Order: sequence, then structure tokens, then C-alpha cells
Amino acid sequence: MNNRLKVLRAERDWSQGDLAEQLQVSRQSVNAIETGKYDPSLPLAFRIAELFGLAIEDIFTSPSKA
Amino acid sequence: MAAYRSSALRRYVIRLAVLMSIYLVTLFIAVKAFRADAVSGPLAYALAVLPALPVIGVFWAVMRVLVEEPDEFMRLIHVRQCLVATGFCLTIMTIWEFLQNFDLVPPGNGGFGAAFFWFIGLGVGAVYNRLTIGTTGCM
Repeated sequence: MNNRLKVLRAERDWSQGDLAEQLQVSRQSVNAIETGKYDPSLPLAFRIAELFGLAIEDIFTSPSKA
Repeated sequence: MAAYRSSALRRYVIRLAVLMSIYLVTLFIAVKAFRADAVSGPLAYALAVLPALPVIGVFWAVMRVLVEEPDEFMRLIHVRQCLVATGFCLTIMTIWEFLQNFDLVPPGNGGFGAAFFWFIGLGVGAVYNRLTIGTTGCM
């Protein structure tokens, strides 16, 4: 699933490790989500959205709209 | 990318070390006893099965990682690794069985049974994960 995670992270000058630490997941998870190799569960997607203060659809592109 | 080590993986490594130590001790005892022809009857059966118990324990330890791993992506990686291992093991054992059925290979397995190939399969699964999704999961 396409997403803006890398851009949002870069805007805050966070490394993948920084984001992983705040989300309490592995750095591999952040990398896999950013590169579209893994789609997060709904609870993790909500955690990501809440961390950036955005709605889920502002971060992740719906596959039907991609 | 640095290796990932969750508390679940750390527990797995400890369990693996303990179970493999028990395996080596029980295997040594069983081999010694059978070579010396020191056991027979029900005790022989019990002693023959004894080294299998820590191997079964390793299966349990692997499954515990799937339950205890807190990171959902790493859980997926471990599940994929186990599925590849299972497919690899079943493939090898099925081919071997048919080769034996047609007397193309000798009977028996020389000590390399299903567990051995499943553990080899875990390694194959780690390589598969590395190639397809970018990380091995380190299990």
C-alpha cells in the first residue's frame, strides 16, 4: 500500500529507528511499511496516524484509489 | 540494518540453548546404553524416545515465538519462515519416501529425519524472507 510515511518522517527529521522507537515496533517494520512491502494492521495504522496527528487516509493511499 | 532482537527472540535463544544441551546429554546416554546392550524391553523404548523430547521442545519454542513476538511484522516474518520450513521438509520427505518405495535409495534415513529437514527449512525460510521482504527475522 502506498503511503507518505517516509515524507512525514523526513519532515520531522526522524530516522527509521526514531519512528520505530515511538511506535514500539522494529526498525524493520518501519522500513517494510515505508517501502510498501508490508501493510500495517488497523491498530498499528491508527498508532501511526495518531503519532503524526493525521487521519489514516492522509498517510495511506487506498488501494482502490492508487 | 541492525539485527532485531525482541524479548521473545531472546527467550527463544535461551530455550534453544537449554533444549539442545538436554538433547546432547540424552543422545549421549541413549547411544552409550544401546551400544553397550544395557537396555531392553520398555526401558529401551523409553530411552530411545528420550532424545526426541528436547527436539519436540524446540518445536514448542519456535511456536512460542509466534505467540510471544510483540511486533506484528516480525511475527509475519516468523510465520513465513515456518511455512517455508514445513513445505521444504514435506517436499524432501515425500521425494525420499517415493525413492524408497521404488527401492532406489536404501531404507532408513541415517539419522536425518523430518526434524532435521525442518530445521534446515528454517534456514531456507530465512533466506526466502531476506530475498523477498528484506529481512531474515533472525530466528
